[in-house]
Order: sequence, then structure tokens, then C-alpha cells
Amino acid sequence: MTSLFEYAPALESRSIVDIRPSYGLFVDGEFTEGGGTPLKTVDPATEEVLSEVATGTDADVDRAVKAARRAFTRTWGPMRPADRGKYLYRIARLLQERAREFAVLESLDNGKPIRESRDVDLPLAAAHFFYHAGWADKLDHVGLGSSPRPRGVAGQVIPWNFPMLMLAWKVAPALATGNTVVLKPAETTPLTALLFAEVCQQADLPPGVVNIVTGAGDTGRAVVEHPDVDKVAFTGSTEVGRSIARAVAGTRKSVTLELGGKAANIVFDDAPVDQAVEGIVRGIFFNQGHVCCAGSRLLVQESVHDEVVASLQRRIGTLRVGDPLDKNTDIGAINSAAQLARITELTGIGETEGATCWQPDGVLPDRGFWFKPTVFTDVSPAMRIARDEVFGPVLSVLTFRTPDEAVAKANNTTYGLSAGIWSEKGSRILSIASRLRAGVVWANTFNEFDPTSPFGGYKQSGYGREGGRHGLTAYLKGASE
Amino acid sequence: MSTDRLEVRKTYKLYLGGKFPRSESGRTYPVTDARGRFVANAAWASRKDARDAVVAARAAVAGWSGATAYNRGQVLYRVAEVMEGRAAQFADEVAAGEGLSAARARASVDAAIDRWVWYAGWTDKLSAVLGGTNPVAGPYFDFSIPEPSGVVAVLAPQRSSLLGLVSVLAPVLATGNTAVVVTSHDRPLPAVTLGEVLATSDVPGGVANLLTGDAAEIGPWLAEHADVDGIDLTGAPTRLAMELERSAAGTLKRVLRGTAEEPDWSADPGLSRMTPFLETKTVWHPIGL
Repeated sequence: MTSLFEYAPALESRSIVDIRPSYGLFVDGEFTEGGGTPLKTVDPATEEVLSEVATGTDADVDRAVKAARRAFTRTWGPMRPADRGKYLYRIARLLQERAREFAVLESLDNGKPIRESRDVDLPLAAAHFFYHAGWADKLDHVGLGSSPRPRGVAGQVIPWNFPMLMLAWKVAPALATGNTVVLKPAETTPLTALLFAEVCQQADLPPGVVNIVTGAGDTGRAVVEHPDVDKVAFTGSTEVGRSIARAVAGTRKSVTLELGGKAANIVFDDAPVDQAVEGIVRGIFFNQGHVCCAGSRLLVQESVHDEVVASLQRRIGTLRVGDPLDKNTDIGAINSAAQLARITELTGIGETEGATCWQPDGVLPDRGFWFKPTVFTDVSPAMRIARDEVFGPVLSVLTFRTPDEAVAKANNTTYGLSAGIWSEKGSRILSIASRLRAGVVWANTFNEFDPTSPFGGYKQSGYGREGGRHGLTAYLKGASE
Repeated sequence: MSTDRLEVRKTYKLYLGGKFPRSESGRTYPVTDARGRFVANAAWASRKDARDAVVAARAAVAGWSGATAYNRGQVLYRVAEVMEGRAAQFADEVAAGEGLSAARARASVDAAIDRWVWYAGWTDKLSAVLGGTNPVAGPYFDFSIPEPSGVVAVLAPQRSSLLGLVSVLAPVLATGNTAVVVTSHDRPLPAVTLGEVLATSDVPGGVANLLTGDAAEIGPWLAEHADVDGIDLTGAPTRLAMELERSAAGTLKRVLRGTAEEPDWSADPGLSRMTPFLETKTVWHPIGL
């Protein structure tokens, strides 16, 4: 980062996207007015207002749920499963065809580097639809006995860190299993979901199968608490997850929650340092650290601590922070002023509590929301930066001496979403992996995702899985239910 | 031989951490048979007993979940063997508590033993049925396996005192979890006897803890307890169940909801009582030279 423009910028053109000045809600196959005060969505890299987006009131959500119910009863529910699959294949292909447009729009609205939206978010989103399309007519083999039934109307609330990918994780399995959807995108990143609404139209998806109601927390609450919603799927903070679990208590609604994390990334002394450093960087700086499964706690075996930290700092010095649409950019903009304030506050607390803060030299752009990649050393397990989810490019480094200590420290958290292990010794990897209380364990890699691979947490990182055969079960009722 | 021998009566106590303590509160409550006649005084478990039981259950997690699936299966099968030997005693207690004829009580006990055997056989099949390898689009070996959630609080059914109890406890143990059970309040005696069976069947202390008492009194503490990972609300009436589900949300416990009416315990449960208390762990490793 020392010389921000040491390469010539390689900007992805934004001319491919056509952002309308305002957007309505997508209900029953059409864009309609929303009853709430419109919200402005901004480009976090420039603070430029991109568009005004309608917000859904309780009445709008009710309209969307009714449309979803109608579609469930009349078209999508009774449809031949193979035909449902064909619609999903169509959507997958349309996403592939329009991938560049989606990627640019995602980077504009979210702030993530185009390299990631282009190479990770969009290919994976399309892959999720393609994968689930094939399941639509094979549900007898999901493991719930023959002819499992869809739950009905799924109310889905997704976060701002992977707007399009989280949409795909939610919508694809819901539709493949015969449910219809009311989706509430995140307040700060609604645009790709609204572009997805166009894709639904292009695919001739029957009206009401997918409804997209934009808005903030109130709109999300209205979706979750609507009495005619049968299934709630949420990805977001543990705090909101708790309130959802409370809200559905005593109802017939089934729930899956994919919540926060504070993953340990454990580096043993026999790990190849250069590979481990790449994994540490990918673990915490991928998507500006706005990742629930980010490897935010680095646990390094004491004997290699200095070597790993020095190598890590050298590598971070080469990361390029800046314009998300520049193909050279490694770290983009922080998604919102509010998130930047939270990251700033928690790192301030880290310094107050006595940890040593390190950031590379270099200047950040004048406008927009930015935070330098940050490494805290001398971190003790009781510090807030070792316990709280920062959700930003901030790494806390702790040490351990023995494998038992590594496991104890790694599990010393209320979260349990993911973990990483770096070692050359296979037997050690398998032993540590089995003792970590985490839903996804990456060994000698980090932050890999795939539609076939179940994702989700232990403990207060939530419950239920997304992806794979496991992810389908949340949207189906077996014979005994 | 004199036939007027004075019988030795049993003291009905809690089963906690592999031992048979009275309630720390010193409380007991009278248990009557289906016709209202006094049968015994049962220990009336307190909040502190529940807390002690959670401590014992937590301490037992590492050993029980870390045992091989084959070993857990053998230990659980041993429970069924010992239950078989106690079948007459179970049948008497079930007949008295549930007001069944001797034949129907015996049939219910037989079904309970058979169900226990069925679950014992699941320990080393779950991974194959619920786990597997995932064909990810990249050079990685990627597999998913089921793992126990940890400590599960079980509010056992109020009516079916043995078959119902076994139907909710055995799936928790078969999946490698440890259990804190609040038994049927009015019909607790088969649960006490089951505790004696567990204690003599190689089940490590703390793996299963059986508290006789009142779900409405202990349930809220278990639902809130930060060291309880899951809760089965089967034995809680609707209103209590809703309150408990709400407090369980505080620590995002896995919740198995009850039904308005007690389930038909003779029905095939499938995996429905095991999957709620299983987590799925997915492990990735690169493939390369």
C-alpha cells in the first residue's frame, strides 16, 4: 500500500450497468410502489448516491406474502418438479450471461473489489442456482423419505456483505424445494437483488414466486413476524438472530439462522509459512473482513510467532486498498459509515486495552469509507478485539504452545461458525478438526465456498445449514412432520 | 419359609452424575397410582439440582462424544439388556402409573426396550446417512459429518412414562449428546428405575441425568442455562413450551418443539428426534502433490 498508484489503474467500466434513479418493490412479478420513506443507497467508495429505493411497510410485506401464498397454492406448488428445475436452470444461465453487469453493480453498491465480485460472488451465485435446479425433481432422495413437502412461504432476510450470493443461498434452495419467497435485502445493498428481480422476469418465472421487499430492520421484522410465513431464513448478526428466535417461539415457523463468528485460524509450527500467510490474508482481508466466517483470531504457535507476523506484515504491505472497480484492488471500501464507525470503535478499544496495533503505511482515498488492513499483536483472550466480531479488516494475533491450548483457545468463544488449521501433519489436522466446535473447518486453506458443501454454525453462530443436501432439509417437511 | 416377610421398600432418588442423591432441597412429593393411591415419595428436584446436573452432563460430553460410535452402540445395547432383566419391575410401575392392564403395560415396556435397541444401532450409522463427501468445484477434499450439539435438556413426556421417556432420551444419547432429563411429574417411577439401569450398564456417570420433579419449575432454568446446547420441549404444556423456547433464544439453543398432543410413541420416529441435536461439520483440505 506504500504507493497507492504504483500500477496504472485498471478500471472496470461501469457503463455496463444502468442504475435507475429510483426502484420500487418487486411484488407479484411487478415493480410496485412502497409505502415507506424511500432509502438512498450509496457507493461506499465515493459516498455518491446511486439510487433511491422504496421501503416496504407492514402492508407491503402483507401484499408480498399474499402474492407468495397465491403462487405457492396455484402455480409453483402444483408445478411439475422438473419444470421448477428448468426455471432455476434458466435463472442460473441468465446470471452467467449477465455476470459482469451484476459484478459491477455489486462492487458499486457494496464496495467490494471487482476481482471478488467477478470471480467469487457471481460465479458462486450462478452455481447455487445451477446446483439446486438439479435437485428440484430428486427430492425423494434428500433423506426425508418419499415425497417430502415444501413448507410454503419462505421469509428470507439477508445481509449486506455478499448481497447477491446470500440471495442465491436463500432463494435457490427455497425454490428448488417448491417454496415461494419473500426476500428482504439489506438496507445498504439492495441493487443486485432488484436486478435479480429483472432476471426473474426474463426467465418468465410465474408472478409471486419471488417477491423482493426492500427496506431496513422494520421491513425485515415484518417479514419474519408475518403470520402466513412458514419458514424463516436469516443471515446476519447474532443479536438479530436471537430476536428472530424469540419472535418465532410458539409458532409453527421453522427457522434457520446463519449468524456471527469469531473464527480461530490456527498456525502450527510445522506449517509452510508462505502458504499460511496467504491463508491468513485471505481469511481476514477477503471482502474487507465483512465475512461472518472471517479468520479474525490468528492463533500462532509461539515458536513461529515472530516469523509469521513479520511475513504477514510484509505481505500486507503489498495489498492495494482503493477503488473497488480497479481490477488491481485487493481491499475495497467499508460498506457503510455505520460499519466504519464500529470498526473504528473496536480497534480503539483494542489499543486502550493494551494490544499493539499495526497498519501499513499509505494513504486512503479522501472520500468514501475506508479502513486500513490492521493487525493487533499482544492480544489476550479477554480483550474485546479477541471476543467481539469486528466485521472488518482487523486481525487479532494470539499465541499457543500446545495443540490442547490451541483447541481450548479456539473454542473459547460463544461463536462456532468456522476455523482454520495450518499444518503439514495430516493426523494432527484431523484430530484438531474433530475437536474444534465450528461448522466449517478449513485446513490449509480458508474462505472456500461451494454450493455442494454445507455451511453453517455451531453454538451462537446459529443453526441449520445452507448448501448441499443438508441445506434442502430446512425447506422441506418429511413424512413425520 | 414364612410368607409374611416384610418387604424392603425402595427410596426413589434422583440420578445425577452417576450417583443417586436426594434433592439438595430436601424436598419430596407423593406419587400416586392411576387411581390416586399413594405409591412412593419421589425426590423433588430443585433448580440447584438442575444446575448440578448440567455440570455433570457437561463434564461427560468429552468422554461420551469422543468415544467410538461402536463403543457407544455397545454401551447403549447393554442398557437394553439390563432393561430386559428389569422388565417385570418396569411393567409394574408403568401399570400402576399409567393405569394399564398388566399385558398392555408389558407391551409398552417391550416396545420401550426395542426402541432402545433401535437407537443403540444408530450410533455407527449416522455419519454415513447424514454425512458424506461434497463434490466441490475445486481441488479440495471436502466432507461433512454429524457431531453432537453437547448438553441437551429433555422435558420428558408427562403421560408415557417409559416408552415416551426412552423415545426422547435414547436419541439424545445415541447421537453422542449428554442429557439432563426432567421426568414425568406424576409418573416418575419408571424413570427412577431407568436410572438404576443406566448406572449398571457402563453408561459413564453424567451422560444421562434424571431429575424427578416439575418441568414448569426446572424447565425455565434449563432453557436459560448458558451451558445447555439444546432443549426438547416435548413434556412442556403449550404455554410453558412457548416461554421456554423464547428464553432458549437467549443462547440460541437448538429447540425441539413439542406437539399439542403427546405424540403416538408407537410410530416410527425416523431421524426426527436425532437430527435436531446434531450439528454438521464440514472440513476442507486441498488436494495436490
